[in-house]
Amino acid sequence: MSETRYTDQHEWISLEGDEATVGITRFATEQLGDVVFVDVPEVGKSFAKGAEAAVVESVKAASEVYAPVAGTVTAGNYALGDDPSLVNADPEGAGWFFKLRLANKAEFEALMTKEQYQEFATGH
Amino acid sequence: MTETQTLLRTPLHALHVELGAKLVPFAGYEMPVQYPAGVLKEHLHTREKAGLFDVSHMGQAFLHGADPARSLEKLAPSDFIGLKEGRQRYGLLLNDEGGIKDDFMASRLIGEAALYLVVNAAMKESDFAYITERLAGELTVEPRPDRALLALQGPAAGAVLEKLSPGIDALTFMQVIRAKVAGIDAIVGRTGYTGEDGFEISIAGSDTEKLARALLADPDVLPIGLGARDSLRVEAGLCLYGHDIDETTNPAEAGLIWAIGKRRKLEKGFPAADKIMAGVLNGTARKRVGIRPDGRAPARDGTEIADKSGRVIGTITSGGFGPSLNAPIAMGYVETAFAADDTEIDLIVRGKALPARIAPMPFVPNRYKRGTAQ
Repeated sequence: MSETRYTDQHEWISLEGDEATVGITRFATEQLGDVVFVDVPEVGKSFAKGAEAAVVESVKAASEVYAPVAGTVTAGNYALGDDPSLVNADPEGAGWFFKLRLANKAEFEALMTKEQYQEFATGH
Repeated sequence: MTETQTLLRTPLHALHVELGAKLVPFAGYEMPVQYPAGVLKEHLHTREKAGLFDVSHMGQAFLHGADPARSLEKLAPSDFIGLKEGRQRYGLLLNDEGGIKDDFMASRLIGEAALYLVVNAAMKESDFAYITERLAGELTVEPRPDRALLALQGPAAGAVLEKLSPGIDALTFMQVIRAKVAGIDAIVGRTGYTGEDGFEISIAGSDTEKLARALLADPDVLPIGLGARDSLRVEAGLCLYGHDIDETTNPAEAGLIWAIGKRRKLEKGFPAADKIMAGVLNGTARKRVGIRPDGRAPARDGTEIADKSGRVIGTITSGGFGPSLNAPIAMGYVETAFAADDTEIDLIVRGKALPARIAPMPFVPNRYKRGTAQ
């Protein structure tokens, strides 16, 4: 069973064992508009919590995607290179960005639950 | 931020909200950046059928005087004296150093002594004040904030507008006429900012929603936001004031020599004419060019351009994604030695040098409905 948490930067992170999948929320894609380019990190790269891990660009602008927790990249969704529109079509599924092996599970536990995130996203 | 900035609204504000537009601040106005269809679909629809743009934020004015065209030529290098009735022409408002204060469209309406001007939204107060001050005693500016402006752009624009204004499709590129559209008094010019055939339609603010609804009732017409307006004009190789041209760029280096009238090149009599003509004849240190990145990553306004040794040779002034090309595109200024098509350059994006090359503009061929005789 996986468990999903959310950040105030509109990323989702879904944990299964000690590996987590990271992407951006539907709310984020609606704010961005049509995604035309995604730069996902290479396998083996390590990030501190909050470090810039990926880039997502819409027709209008570039935005950074931050590592929701510290960890090491175990996979990147390189399919987004050929078809960035997957991010708009299925942001919390096929449009995932990268997978991380967590450095500290407590960082995950501290993130927002779905209910907390929904309140956060609709409240501003 | 505790300070609340009051944004102006165009007469179509309520309609934008009704259509589900995402509204953003732009040039002091609350403007639609996109509708629910999104920038990509809006862009492609405009190239395929027709798009309706609210450009009511732009400045409209009539110039009155004994000879408004002759007066305006003192500040702009176009041939306005030679502009025939029923025609419009692109112009550049210059400062004393030959820098570009704004770009604009001037129309000579049939049987009217005044020149009709459309200028950029962010520049309108400054333009009108500059013209008034510099041409005091010979020209008066009559700003028309009561008027709104709609653009209908795309290959279906002619057929769509013809249904609401029989005979209007006979206009060719850069012709302009007073006409009734859906029963509304309008000034209609066959022009635009997308590279497509199309019209810009000036009407009274109070008539705008009625006209917009009449145009949107056509199944070929979708509302288009500023996001697609920008990607369409970059693909068409057209300058955006404040980005690709400004007071630090002059017409020669901006590649806008075509906006200097033939007669004016000889007679001069516009600001910094000798300096600008020296650039026209001998070349300039830098030039505005088109750029195509080799990869998929867009390079935005402000991105540094380097040669293959890493030396900075220029800057991108407009850049993003071209939906019709399904590829990133940009324009910017480079040292003239690097301005030839296919020259290999690097774009410094997020600290990485991304290979790109100089490319001809427009990126997408213009499809204006040109007349047989100009």
